[in-house]
Amino acid sequence: MTSISVLKQRENQIYQKGNQPFKMECETKSLAGAVSQRACVFCGSRVVLYPIADALHLIHGPIGCASYTWDIRGAQSSGPELHRMSFSTDLSETDIIYGGEKKLKKALLELIEKYSPKAAFIYCTCIVGIIGDDVDAICRQVEDQTGIPVIAVHSEGFKGTKKDGYKAACDALFSLIERNKAPRVTLPDSINILGEFNIGGETWIIKKYYESMGVKVVSVITGDGRVEEVQQARNAALNVVQCSGSVIHLAKQMEKDYGIPYIRVSYFGIEDTSDALYQVAVFFDKNPEILKKTQDMIRKEVQAIVPRLETMKKDLEGKKAAIYVGGAFKAFSMIKALKTLGMEVVLAGSQTGTQEDYEVLRQMCNEGTVILDDSNPLELAKYSVEKDADLFIGGVKERPIAYKMGIGFCDHNHERKIPLVGFEGMVNFAKEVHGTVTSPVWDLVPRRQKPAGKEGAI
Amino acid sequence: MLLRHTPKEIKERKVLSVNPAKTCQPIGAMYAGLGIHGCLPHSHGSQGCCAYHRSALTRHYREPIMAATSSFTEGASVFGGQANLLQALLTIFTTYKPDVVAVHTTCLSETIGDDVNQIVKKAYKDGTIPEGKYVVHTSTPSYVGSHVTGFSNMVKSMALQLAEKTGKSNGKVNIVPGFVEPSDMAEMKRIAAMLGIESILFPDTSGILNGPMTGKFNMYPKGGVSIEELKSIGDSIGSIGLGAWASADPVRAIDSQFKVPCQVQDLPIGLLATDRFVDALRTAAGVSVPDTINQERGQLLDVISDMQPHLYGKKVAIAGDPDQVIALTEFLVTIGMKPVHIVTGTPGKAFTKRIKEVTARFGDEINVKSPSDLFHLHQLIKNEPVDLLICNTYGKYIARDEDIPFVRHGFPILDRVGHSYFPTVGYKGGLHFLEKILGALMDRTDRDAPEERFELVE
Repeated sequence: MTSISVLKQRENQIYQKGNQPFKMECETKSLAGAVSQRACVFCGSRVVLYPIADALHLIHGPIGCASYTWDIRGAQSSGPELHRMSFSTDLSETDIIYGGEKKLKKALLELIEKYSPKAAFIYCTCIVGIIGDDVDAICRQVEDQTGIPVIAVHSEGFKGTKKDGYKAACDALFSLIERNKAPRVTLPDSINILGEFNIGGETWIIKKYYESMGVKVVSVITGDGRVEEVQQARNAALNVVQCSGSVIHLAKQMEKDYGIPYIRVSYFGIEDTSDALYQVAVFFDKNPEILKKTQDMIRKEVQAIVPRLETMKKDLEGKKAAIYVGGAFKAFSMIKALKTLGMEVVLAGSQTGTQEDYEVLRQMCNEGTVILDDSNPLELAKYSVEKDADLFIGGVKERPIAYKMGIGFCDHNHERKIPLVGFEGMVNFAKEVHGTVTSPVWDLVPRRQKPAGKEGAI
Repeated sequence: MLLRHTPKEIKERKVLSVNPAKTCQPIGAMYAGLGIHGCLPHSHGSQGCCAYHRSALTRHYREPIMAATSSFTEGASVFGGQANLLQALLTIFTTYKPDVVAVHTTCLSETIGDDVNQIVKKAYKDGTIPEGKYVVHTSTPSYVGSHVTGFSNMVKSMALQLAEKTGKSNGKVNIVPGFVEPSDMAEMKRIAAMLGIESILFPDTSGILNGPMTGKFNMYPKGGVSIEELKSIGDSIGSIGLGAWASADPVRAIDSQFKVPCQVQDLPIGLLATDRFVDALRTAAGVSVPDTINQERGQLLDVISDMQPHLYGKKVAIAGDPDQVIALTEFLVTIGMKPVHIVTGTPGKAFTKRIKEVTARFGDEINVKSPSDLFHLHQLIKNEPVDLLICNTYGKYIARDEDIPFVRHGFPILDRVGHSYFPTVGYKGGLHFLEKILGALMDRTDRDAPEERFELVE
């Protein structure tokens, strides 16, 4: 395993905490020919807007982009399920030659008539950017004709990385909010929850906390989302941003245009969740009632879960974890949460981290921890084995790699089925980590097999 | 009611695909590339395509899927992707050290008109491709055909670009297995071996996408068709292409290029299609059928007759790839069932004709449509309910909403295991398939039986 070489050009995107000076190269394009774990602009836009359940999501392009993103993450809805259908203009060769505008218009009108959605998002894929369909014009025409917001999402895949897709989605969201022509009224003690997508029902947990604090949640962008609710977002007093990578553009835009301030938080782990709720309570300090309720609630919640965590911690003390996630912000919380469980992080990386992110990571980690930007399977495999990790936390493409090597795995991406946010989420996370790390299955794997004839011989 | 948005009334749709029953070409090419030993598939396009294809294959096989990407940028889309591809090949051969790289295009690189053939020639000439290493390439525009087309294109390219005719017969039979599971490929090889035939089956993903747990992450697992074998396919005594959509083009191309006589057969799913496959092998190699094969055939026939009362007249809805669906439909008709709704997402006029042939005994009572989608299939089922649905994982929404027994078959299967380990081709595979069908039907009988009709013996 140690014979795996690292790409020469990637040497500055890998750092092992020690004495050498720290300079991380990041926010670069992936090297052509690398087996990168990154995705594209369209992918970024699609996952941000996807949970808006009463909107029509039409993908303008060849069939693939629609197939691969059909019901791709469990963004749960308490009402309509229109977002779980897959609509595509399914462009064919003749459309590429003559343009797909007519097809798009016809498809849009047909779908809006059939489903009466509250708004429509049209995703432009690579090919649309190349053949030059004027999607904006079509959207304007259809909007005039149908009277619902019809918004083009400029997510042509080649325009950059997933991050650029987040920005395209934020532009689309802002343009949806802008369409609300009612006068703005700032509601007292009210927030928008930004960058929360209700995977495994996480939105509902977070909402419940705020409600018991006495804070009004105006909108969630976009978990369990509704068009009308998103359009009300202008009336909140504060934007609380989770998963900052995906929605920070929107928060900044709303600050600039509406003067709504924003804070960056995370709801993962006891520390960060408490910190997030306190930050909001302190923001509304004109109403001391909120802070008091927050203190009581956090105390009660923490008391309820600590004993359960302590039992699991006994087994997890000193175990080693490797983390590879999309955004670096998620990695920070995860490191803290793993520390809560007595575990040590030996590898931490992200697909889209910035220089500041990696500096924070470096300060959080112990000596010898490997820090990676835009990594690939070979590197992840190499360092996980070298560092003898007991647990790997990542997404769909990392799962089978971890399992192949006989390392426990926990999905912290699209495919998590249970909520991992907040206090109850921390218990779920601990259970999942405990379950995989202490599984007897790993005793069967080659690297844990004792050579025959040594210990255990009778 | 996940699909509560599906109306019963069927309207002709010309411009829209809803809930697709296909995906795009490149993923098929990637799958085919993985079937060569020591091969790294390479996606010449945006990063997202490669990420989506890898994720989809990873979810289906639960194995690490390796593929590189040219990581297109806006610049590449304007000036062409030659620089990206040359850089990529350099990166791949210096870092990942495959024996062969299988390059496929995407809609983006197709539309901007990259001449991959010329770029690869250049790479050979200037030494970017090291001595003794190979690059095969194929054209896979996403707006033509489907994933099956992409598979077919890559197989044809690998054959034509690697084969060399020495004029000395190798005494072997080429088998192109079609877009099937690694388990199916292994079963085809087993059947050929039982007849005493030496075969070259390509592509061959058995051992690569259903490999053992070794405790190590190996980019190029044991298994796959070797370069040496691919080089000698021009010297074989005959070729058999299984499935017209996936395999006819490759074997016909080998026939016209190297004068290796070819036969195109249905996929050997079910009794009759397997009979034809065995017969094709027999005539290609001039051997006689051993008793062991007759034994397996007899066992399948025995179970069919034993269980015939449970099968007779049961209505089935099927969606999937054309080659799979044609063979499967014939099998179901053979065992007394009645396939009433049959759709495929992959275009091809011959599909309807072939389905009409194998369902001739039911005349005009059959609904068949190509290209179509799962939305249409659902509408058909709403108008005429069925007793069983056979489809890939995306069928589960319909199965749940309409409360229909459901057997998963085809690509992708994202929520069950077994498909990559247990074949559905050949007599043994037929038995396995039959077991699944009977299990689904009889579980339902038991579930729905009133107490007094709930019997021990069925």
